[in-house]
Amino acid sequence: MAKYKLNVNGAEHQVDVDSDTPLLWVLRDSLKLVGTKYGCGIAQCGACTIHLDGKAARSCSVPIDAAKEKKITTIEGLSEDGSHPVQQAWIEHDVPQCGYCQAGQIMSASAFLSENKNPTDQQILDAMHGNICRCGTYTRIKAAIKTAAKNA
Amino acid sequence: MKKNIDKTRRSFIKVSAAAGGGLLMGFNFMSCEAEPKYLEYAAPDFAMPEKWNTLNGFLKIGENGVVTIMSPNPEIGQNVKTSMPMIVAEELDADWDRVIVEQAPLDTKLYKRQIAGGSQSIRLGWKDLRETGARARQMLLKAASERLEVPMEELSTSKGKIYHKKTDKVLDYGEVASAASSVEVPEEVTLKDPKDFTLIGTSVRNVDGFNIVQGKPLFGLDTMEEGMKIAMIEHPPAFGMKIKSLDDSAARAMSGIIDVFRINVEPEGWNPQWSDVNAYPELVAIVGESTWQVMKAKKALKIEWEQESKLESSKDHVATMENALASKKGDEARKDGDPNSAFEKAAKIIEKTYTAPFLAHNTMEPMNFYANVTADKAELIGPVQTAQFLEGTLEGVLGIPKENISIMMTRMGGGFGRRLYGHFGTEAALISQKVKAPVKLVYTREDDMTQGTYRPAYMVTYKAGLDEDGNLMAFQIRGAGIPRSPIFANRYPAGTVDNYRVENHDLETNISTGAWRAPRSNFIATAEQSFLDEVAEAAGKDPIDFRLSLFERAISNPVGEENDYDAERYAGVLKVVKEKSGWGKETAGIHRGVSAYYCHNTYVAQVLDVAMEDGLPKVKKVCCVVDCGIVVNREGAINQIEGGIVDGIGHALYSAINFVDGAPQQSNFNKYRLIRQSEAPESIEVHFVDNGIDPTGLGEPSLPPIGAALANALYKATGTRLYSQPFVDQVELLG
Ligand code: FES
Ligand code: FES
Repeated sequence: MAKYKLNVNGAEHQVDVDSDTPLLWVLRDSLKLVGTKYGCGIAQCGACTIHLDGKAARSCSVPIDAAKEKKITTIEGLSEDGSHPVQQAWIEHDVPQCGYCQAGQIMSASAFLSENKNPTDQQILDAMHGNICRCGTYTRIKAAIKTAAKNA
Repeated sequence: MKKNIDKTRRSFIKVSAAAGGGLLMGFNFMSCEAEPKYLEYAAPDFAMPEKWNTLNGFLKIGENGVVTIMSPNPEIGQNVKTSMPMIVAEELDADWDRVIVEQAPLDTKLYKRQIAGGSQSIRLGWKDLRETGARARQMLLKAASERLEVPMEELSTSKGKIYHKKTDKVLDYGEVASAASSVEVPEEVTLKDPKDFTLIGTSVRNVDGFNIVQGKPLFGLDTMEEGMKIAMIEHPPAFGMKIKSLDDSAARAMSGIIDVFRINVEPEGWNPQWSDVNAYPELVAIVGESTWQVMKAKKALKIEWEQESKLESSKDHVATMENALASKKGDEARKDGDPNSAFEKAAKIIEKTYTAPFLAHNTMEPMNFYANVTADKAELIGPVQTAQFLEGTLEGVLGIPKENISIMMTRMGGGFGRRLYGHFGTEAALISQKVKAPVKLVYTREDDMTQGTYRPAYMVTYKAGLDEDGNLMAFQIRGAGIPRSPIFANRYPAGTVDNYRVENHDLETNISTGAWRAPRSNFIATAEQSFLDEVAEAAGKDPIDFRLSLFERAISNPVGEENDYDAERYAGVLKVVKEKSGWGKETAGIHRGVSAYYCHNTYVAQVLDVAMEDGLPKVKKVCCVVDCGIVVNREGAINQIEGGIVDGIGHALYSAINFVDGAPQQSNFNKYRLIRQSEAPESIEVHFVDNGIDPTGLGEPSLPPIGAALANALYKATGTRLYSQPFVDQVELLG
């Protein structure tokens, strides 16, 4: 076990975990930030997507050691009240079915839109390739990203 | 964007009068080409009441008029947590903008069938939910008539208010809720005429949507309770294997590990129920402080396995099914006329065989359950589609009476049938009992994908005989399944051909299988509708006209006594899809396929447009027509239909579980291919048949036919007929 200082959603946190612990489990188990989901553990599904210094990262495959100097944002910190344009667009299009993948989808989409304000359809498809939605809400996700780009 | 979309809930709007108002009998069609028609977002401008007045087990009303409606059934993404309360609210005449929805506790005396399965929640709940709302409204009216000293017949209700037109008096439900709660519950109630519905048929947002997009803890895996430990299991690596010996010394020495032991989920003398499907009754359990510590310790276990029954491989499965169909006579499930002599007389015979592999459910949220079992009590929280059956199982396994067992149903990260089988709940309870602590059992993705309860593997041979003029004179279906044949003997095209025969082969396996979204239909629809396409081509007929001519026969002069479909409704969806898709128009580079199927009491027809882009198939558009009777929540319904289409395309094209010596060869999403964003259809257009019939299933019916619409379109695009799923394995170029 080792102590780490982390900057999560703008606040400092101290945790005491094994040094090989993936950030996903630090967030979920130690910090009780369970909005970040476990789906595969091997960077294949995107359910665990967070922002590291503003860029999308799969937290299941980021060891805590690699995250300690960085600004970490989770779905809980994307906005205080669900007002982020991507969250709003998700509501507008009533995207979720089971909802389990959606935090990861939203984190991927929001990181992508912060770098590409006016994406083409193909760029959206490419950016979202790493996020599986088992319920098949893909057409709504695509539409919501376009709405968010318009409203941001 | 207008104002912020609200804090705790959703808002809704009425659809246009044309779409929402005209519920007429017969075939009227409402379309949905336009954008989703939610109006504005209502602000959550109400405070919680200080006092709730309970009118019945489904609802309570606060003194300020806020209504809480219990959603009785588990939510797996089929959106019943929104649509079931809508039905209550409709008959109550509640103001949906002042409704809160809560997940009901498990109580089958009160809520009856609390199961998510078979697309039946709305169909079976419809009458009770309506009566519940109507009874409560009646009680409010009674209380109001006493308060206003006017006859009940002079009162009317709308949006949570009671009106007495003669005196211009208005009462809010909140003002009479307390008095209403002591009114005797009326035995008889009159329900609304469906044409007077104001909420049903509109689009209401998912009641959990706002929590979902904020990552609020809603799912079983999010459960965090005081003193809770993490538990995991290790099951045998192959079907046919069991534990021989366990060396846990390395694992026990690791940080955070509390206990390691073998558990038997099926104690002697206990009788399993249908929901207890489980290939691996004996497991190794590991309990520790945190998920990662337990995951690591799990890898350090040294377990010796031994063979207890046959170790099966996929190539044996295929051979077994081929042998059965080639050399044996199966169980005859239907025979009309004299198929043998009809085939002898036929001018043309077409015979084709279709196959599909085992599939895993792969819910995004892996299996998990929280359990706190003490000497005489068990408290469980988690994602299960059949909590009422799990309760019975726990009673038998734990030796604790039902009254002392509570199960709280969480929102589920997908179901697809997987969570009908609640062995993981039983495992969590037994582990908690053993370690005398609350535990959350967590399956890794690998544990989940290799545990079994799969969609069975199938093979089916279709044979059709045509006369000189291309009329279908004989039809035969011979099916094999591991473990069950996929054929529904009395479904279409039974009833449309004079000489007809169905034969089934059920073949044994030690691999555990279970219901997977639209059981059996999920395969047989693709096979049947692909075959009919080929037969239509051989007959020189248009594929839609060919299918319609069969329905004409079934309408005018059906063959046989028992045909499990309504030929007019079936033909109805095909006629509409023909019109709405502009069938017959040719567009350069676009290849079209059609398919139609009936299951879960719902009729679906689809036209799929595919283009080949850089040698890969791209689904440009799916036009889908659905007859599910009254549509409760339009956008919610459309979302379900879209999801089924994406799911069906993905699994037909890409997915499989294969075996070598009993071991599943796919254990995570690097090997098990699920459809991804760029492979989904570019657009999906949904049309409903507006016939005012009581609502039927929606969670499953759009999935079965789409595989054939895809195969038929790909045939046009590539010249190759697709017979074996996943299609990428048959034609490598596809993936
Ligand atoms: S859990 Fe991290 S990508 Fe799947
Ligand atoms: S909404 Fe269920 S996995 Fe995406």
